[in-house]
Amino acid sequence: MTTAAARALAALAIDPGGLGGLVLRTRVGPARGAFENALTRLPGEARRIHPAISDSQLFGGLNIAASLAEGRPVSDPGLIDMPCRLILTMAERTGPGLAARLARILDGCTGHCLVALDEGATAEEAVPRALADRLAFHIEPDEGRAKALLLPAPADIDAARARLSQVKTPQDTLPALTALAARFGIESLRAPLFALRAARALAALDGAEQIIDAHLQEAAELVYPARATQIPHAPEPEPDLPEDQPPPTPDQSDQDDQGAPDIPEEILVRAIAALLPADILERSAGRSRTAASGSGAGNRRAGNRRGRPLPPRSGRPNAQARIDTVATLRAAAPWQTLRRTGANKHRAVIIHPSDIRLKRYEDRSDRLLIFAVDASGSAAVARLNEAKGAVELMLAQAYARRDQVALIAFRGDRADELLPPTRSLVQAKRQLASLPGGGGTPLAAGLVAVTELARHATGRGLTPMLVLLTDGRANIPLSGEADRKTALEDAETIAAGLNMQGIAGVLIDTSNRPADQAQRIAARLGARYIALPRADARVISTAVSEALDS
Amino acid sequence: MTTAFPFSAIVGQDDMKQALILTAIDPGLGGVLVFGDRGTGKSTAVRALAALLPPIRQVAGCPVNSADPADIPDWAQVSEKELVERPTPVVDLPLGVTEDRVTGALDIERALTRGEKAFEPGLLARANRGYLYIDEVNLLEDHIVDLLLDVAQSGVNAVEREGLSIRHPARFVLVGSGNPEEGELRPQLLDRFGLSVEVASPTDIDQRIEVVRRRDAFESDTESFLAYWQAEDARIRDAILAARQALRDTKATDDLLRDCAQLAVALGTDGLRGELTLLKAARALAAYEGEGAVSREHLARVAPLALAHRLRRDPLDEAGTGARVARAVADVLQ
Repeated sequence: MTTAAARALAALAIDPGGLGGLVLRTRVGPARGAFENALTRLPGEARRIHPAISDSQLFGGLNIAASLAEGRPVSDPGLIDMPCRLILTMAERTGPGLAARLARILDGCTGHCLVALDEGATAEEAVPRALADRLAFHIEPDEGRAKALLLPAPADIDAARARLSQVKTPQDTLPALTALAARFGIESLRAPLFALRAARALAALDGAEQIIDAHLQEAAELVYPARATQIPHAPEPEPDLPEDQPPPTPDQSDQDDQGAPDIPEEILVRAIAALLPADILERSAGRSRTAASGSGAGNRRAGNRRGRPLPPRSGRPNAQARIDTVATLRAAAPWQTLRRTGANKHRAVIIHPSDIRLKRYEDRSDRLLIFAVDASGSAAVARLNEAKGAVELMLAQAYARRDQVALIAFRGDRADELLPPTRSLVQAKRQLASLPGGGGTPLAAGLVAVTELARHATGRGLTPMLVLLTDGRANIPLSGEADRKTALEDAETIAAGLNMQGIAGVLIDTSNRPADQAQRIAARLGARYIALPRADARVISTAVSEALDS
Repeated sequence: MTTAFPFSAIVGQDDMKQALILTAIDPGLGGVLVFGDRGTGKSTAVRALAALLPPIRQVAGCPVNSADPADIPDWAQVSEKELVERPTPVVDLPLGVTEDRVTGALDIERALTRGEKAFEPGLLARANRGYLYIDEVNLLEDHIVDLLLDVAQSGVNAVEREGLSIRHPARFVLVGSGNPEEGELRPQLLDRFGLSVEVASPTDIDQRIEVVRRRDAFESDTESFLAYWQAEDARIRDAILAARQALRDTKATDDLLRDCAQLAVALGTDGLRGELTLLKAARALAAYEGEGAVSREHLARVAPLALAHRLRRDPLDEAGTGARVARAVADVLQ
């Protein structure tokens, strides 16, 4: 792996703009030490950045202090203004905003490249995909065998850079690389393009006149394994493969004689498959899961009372907002000369309302517990009161933890939102106590109501969680006609949709004898399944809070 | 800025290209929203289209690209008043942008050095008569989004801050792009975009190879690649210009208006903006294809672009909004 890392670094130094960059995924240790050591020996300017870097550092901005001193605007240059190698530490903590900005810098063809040092421990903790897709190489060194990286001499790299544009690309290189990427289930078209450029850079490094098999294989091994989402199936005859086609033009057959890539695709496939991470299937599963739950936009929100500070904003102070004094003074400072006229001449500091900056904080958002209660005849009559008891206990806990609650009941042929999201415990209790029971089980309609409410809540910055009390014996589908089979199908489809939204939940089976329908719904929801134990509301309440907090 | 990739050399992505051409014909359509995976050529297409459009005639020194010296706003002190040709402006709205940069603000330089109160125009002024492109529109801060919506709606940028009171025209085609996995767009903003397209990477191997091949050819030998595609780009440009001329004379019958309304009702879109955009888009398409009147076929072809993003979501429908529009089109237009 060390040689692979060294070759990748050298290729990056030869064609930084074309290859975009590199992700090194490893915890701090000897392997990373060796890599960082090699990084410093590469020619060219390098700047270290971190996930909390500000826009003015990245894109430049007005330097207020210097502007005032000199009496003319002095702007600081940003990192975007000079081509350099950006080294992003703790890259796994990069937020979507910074990822988008960095992606823009890389797309701008300004000659920047990015080395992301990713220390993520789990599959979810990783460089954002938007950014990772724009970086050609992904390296996960073998921690045990860390050796110093042998880099080519700077003079050799310069010479290779000069040769880069002369390296010839045989005609079938590109189709081969693209087909190969498709066999590993790589969606993005950047991957084959990166592989091609990497092969070209490696050929230039080796002083070759054109790309040969070895470069092709090496480039594919460097670019593809981390992006693969599937293990290729056993060889099947593919009509698109270039190797079966006769060379279409005479000049290409000339190239063939000089040793163009005629490497059988299967060998390439096997070589890359050997490098695939062992947990590739879990990884792609983990990725799609995080993708479904989004970037956590609903889990954070901007507020002005507590949390992590955000950049201040201009605005009018009111009862809730707090003034950011330093930022306000800074906003007022440039205007002082201009404002010190007439009656204001002798005032020390002149602040206009437009200077006022308010503090903003980013807060973890409130949790919204959505109770969806099955009040149908099948479930309710026997157990509804127990369920009510359990919900009341949970309400008390929710109150203590400042969670908001909402209540949806479904019976007959419809679902009703009895209580919109609120903190009012009294209201919730009253609604619950007067909840009538009886009728069919429109589980699907209930889940639709939950979906709507959850989407609404997410938009308002709440994090919805679902507590569903039902026996799972759905018998009214969305159409409203009694039909047990479609009813269950509808319910399962919508449950799967809720799961896609990444809403955590618990399903409490309220039937006398727990049956598998409720378990199937719980599985579709991705929710924890709890069978209501006889008689004790307190036990459910404990179980639910455990399930939700885990 | 680097050379733009030729518009006609973009492989596939016909919906996106169609939508962009329609807004070039009728800027009143209200912009395009392009949602889709990374690396599908969203930003490439926008830049390519602007490079393809004919230059605009404008007053040389005018900060808002006025076509006539009489239109220059009174706050601007313009010394060069002759008319010149400039490429259609495409203004990038970067994610971290501040409100001052967007709307314009007090000119700090003049305030600091000469103690004068002068207005420094922002990005909205520069985008007048051109395109305002927001990459990652779904990650833009809310207060900037609100501001943009307001201006895009009224076509006028009003600045009331720091003792300034300024208005100037800001008519631009808003083009937004983004990846829905990273955050959703509020329905209010969705509705403001006239057309929407979803793009995905091509699945066909030959098409994929062609994409990579053209990109590589463009990067390794830009000049001859541009020369090769020049003729095709010119053909599209001429068709757009001809369509702009023909737009006014392209007729839509009352029956067709009825079809528009029925489609919107069948799909349950909110408000009337859906129908209006549908009609405008169909008319632009008819003009582009050199036909004198809008037909049901035009309507059917633009319906997914104009309506798909205005539907309420149906949790049971896994087919996606595009398929629902297609179904409604089949029902209503038979």
